[in-house]
Amino acid sequence: MFNRKLRSTALTAAATVLTLSLAACGSSGPANVSADSPSMWTLTGANQSNTQASVDSWNEAHADQSIKVDFFANDAYKTKVRTAVGAGEGPTFIYGWGGGVLESYVDAGQIEDLTGFLAENPEVKDRYLQSVLKSGEIDGKTYAIPNTTIQPIVLYYNKELFEKVGAQPPKTWDELMALVPKFKEAGVAPFSLGGQSKWPDLMWLEYLVDRIGGPEVFNNIAANKPDAWSDPAVVEALTKIQDLVNAGGFINGFSSIAADSNADQALLYTGKAAMVLHGGWIYQGMKKDAPDFTNNGKLGFTTFPTVEGGKGDPANIVGNPSNFWSVSSKATEGQKNAALNYIKDGMYTEQQSQTLVDSGGVPPVNGIESMLEASPDKDFLTFVYDMAKDAPNFQLSWDQALTPAQGDAMLSNLDQIFLNKITPEQFVTTMNATIGK
Amino acid sequence: MSVSTGSRRALEKGPSGWLAAPALIFFLLFAIVPLFGVLFLSFTKWNGLGEITLDGFSSWTTVLTDPITGNAMLVTAKIMFFSFIVQAPISLLLGVFTAGGQKYRAALAVLYFVPLLLSSAAVAIAFKALLDPNFGLGPGLGLPFLAQDWLGNSDLVLFVVVFVIAWQFVPFHTLIYQGGVRQIPTSLYEAAQIDGAGRMQQFFSITLPQLKYTIITSSTLMVVGSLAYFDLIFVLTAGGPGYATRLLPLHMYLTGFKANDMGAASALGVILVVIGLALALVLQRLGGKNRNDSQLEGA
Repeated sequence: MFNRKLRSTALTAAATVLTLSLAACGSSGPANVSADSPSMWTLTGANQSNTQASVDSWNEAHADQSIKVDFFANDAYKTKVRTAVGAGEGPTFIYGWGGGVLESYVDAGQIEDLTGFLAENPEVKDRYLQSVLKSGEIDGKTYAIPNTTIQPIVLYYNKELFEKVGAQPPKTWDELMALVPKFKEAGVAPFSLGGQSKWPDLMWLEYLVDRIGGPEVFNNIAANKPDAWSDPAVVEALTKIQDLVNAGGFINGFSSIAADSNADQALLYTGKAAMVLHGGWIYQGMKKDAPDFTNNGKLGFTTFPTVEGGKGDPANIVGNPSNFWSVSSKATEGQKNAALNYIKDGMYTEQQSQTLVDSGGVPPVNGIESMLEASPDKDFLTFVYDMAKDAPNFQLSWDQALTPAQGDAMLSNLDQIFLNKITPEQFVTTMNATIGK
Repeated sequence: MSVSTGSRRALEKGPSGWLAAPALIFFLLFAIVPLFGVLFLSFTKWNGLGEITLDGFSSWTTVLTDPITGNAMLVTAKIMFFSFIVQAPISLLLGVFTAGGQKYRAALAVLYFVPLLLSSAAVAIAFKALLDPNFGLGPGLGLPFLAQDWLGNSDLVLFVVVFVIAWQFVPFHTLIYQGGVRQIPTSLYEAAQIDGAGRMQQFFSITLPQLKYTIITSSTLMVVGSLAYFDLIFVLTAGGPGYATRLLPLHMYLTGFKANDMGAASALGVILVVIGLALALVLQRLGGKNRNDSQLEGA
C-alpha cells in the first residue's frame, strides 16, 4: 500500500512536469469580453505605456470595438504566444518581430494576409518607412504591420567616464580594444552585457560579421546554403569576441545578468560600466529610470566601430526595424474587422506618434522630422532616424530572422563562445549542422 | 459494545473502493493520458504550430546522441546528490530539534517554516537580486567575499543552486521529521534514561531507527523531487551559464518551447518519467522487506 502510494506520488511528480507544460497551452487564453472584442498581447517595458495610451484612446472612441490588452515580459511572451497560437487560442493582435517566426506562423496558416488590406488603404501603406514595412513581408506578401519604434542596435557610452579617463568613443575595433585596459585601470568595466538573456551577446556577433564580411554572409545563412557558417568572417568575428572577453572587456558577472531586469542599462548610468551595445529601446528605458542621465548630456551614442580590412559598409545597421502586429486568422470576423480598423485609424495618429517621440522612441513613419526636431531628445532621435533611413542594409536580429530551432542553437552556442567553453571552429561546425532545420 | 456482523465485515474490507474514484479519474486524465500523449509525440515531428507528422525514431536518436542530453543527466544527478547530502542531515537535525516542546523551539520552528510559504519563482528572483555581483548583497554591504560571480561562474553556480534549493525545501523536510519524532513514544526515552543511555546514544539507538520510514519518505521526496526542479532554476539561471545548470526538466522545456522541437522534448519527457519511476522503486527496496512490521516494537 505504502509502496503503491509512493510510486503514484513519483508518477505524479514526474507527470506534473509534463502536464505543467501541457497545461500552459490551455491555461490563459484571452478572456473574451464579448465575442467580437479583439484581444492584444504585447510586451512590458519601453513601449508599454505608449501602447496602453493608444489602446485607451481607441477604446474611448470605439466602445463597440474595444480592445483588451495584456502585457508580458519579453522572454516569457515569446514562448507563451507560440504555444497559444499553436493551440488556436492566440490573441487577435499577435506581437512579433518578423523573420523566421513570422514565416512559421504563415506556413501554419495562423495569420492573415494583409496585402489586400494595404492595397485598399494606401494611406496605411504610405505612412510607413518602406524599408521597415518590408520587414513584415514573407514572399512578397505583407503579414505584419509595424507597431512600435525603430530599434537599431546602438553603441551607448557614459560621457562622464570617458572624460574621466580622457578617451574618445571607439571608431575602429582596434581603438575599442585599446580602451579596455584604460577603463579597467580606472576601475570601471569597459562594457556592460546582459549575458544571461543570450540575445544581447548576439548583437556583437551580428555587427562584427557585418563589418567584416558584409550582409551577404548572413544572407547565405538565412537562405540555408550548405556550410554557410563556414564563411571566414564568422570565425574572425567569434575570435574577436573571445579576444574581448579574455581582455576583460565585459563586466564581472555578465553571464548572470538578465536583460529583462534592465540591470545591464543600470550598470551604464550608475557609472559601473563605460559602454553598452544595445537596442534603441533602452534609451526609452533609461529616460524613464535615470532621466538625469539622458537629459543632461551624460549619455553618448554612436555607431558600431569599423573593422580594418572589413567588407561591410559602416553605415549598415542591425537590430529590429520595428515590432509588428499580425492579425490572427483564428479570430472572429468581428475581431478581425475591429483589429484592422484600429490599425487603420488608431495607430500612429498625430497624438500617438507624439507620445512615442516623447518617450524617446522613433516611430517608423514618414514626415516626422519636425516632430523629432522639436523634441528634447532630438539628438538621439534624429541620430536613430537618419541611421535607419540611410542604412544600405538593416539586418533583422538573427535569432528572429532564423527559424526557432536554428535561433535557439545559435544563442546557446554563442553563450558558450562568450564563456570560452568552445572554439570558433566548434561553433561553426555545430551551426552548419543546423542549416535547413 | 455490540457491532452487527454487516458492519464488522465492512470494517474488515475497509472503506469502499469507490472513494478512490475521483482521485483515480483525475490521475488518469492528467497523468496517464498525457503520458501516453507524450510517448506518441516522441515518435513524431512537430514544431508546436503546424502539422504533427510521424517520424519514427529520429527524435530519439537526436536526443540520445546529443551531448547536451548526457550533460543534462549529469547535472541532474549532481543536483540530486548534493541536494540530498545537504538537505537530509540538516532537516533531520532541525526536525529533531524543533520536535522538543520548549517554547523557544516552537518559535524557531515557525521562523524556519517561512521559506516554504514563498513560491519558487519569488525565491529565485530574490536570490538573483541578492547574488548579483554588481548590485547585490556583497557590493551593497561592502563585503568583497559576498561579491562573487555566484550565478555566472560555471564552477560555482551548481553549488549556489543547491544552496537555494536547500534554503527552500529544508523547512518542508524539517516538518516531516518533526512529525516523525513526535510520534516516537516517550516511554522509549524514559526506559533508555533509566538504563543510563546518554543523549547521543538515545539519538542513535532510538530516534534514528524509529525514524526509518520517515527517512525513506523524506529521501524519496528529495530525490524524486530533484527531477522536477524547474521553476526555481529557470528563473535563477535559465540553465546557464552555458549548460552548467541545464538539468533534464529544463532541457526538456527549452527543447520544446524555445527550440520548438516537440518530438525531442517528448522523448526527454519519457526519459524523465522512466528515471523517476526507477528511482522511486529503488528507494522503496532500500526500505527493506519488513516494512509492514510495527515501528513501535517494545512500546
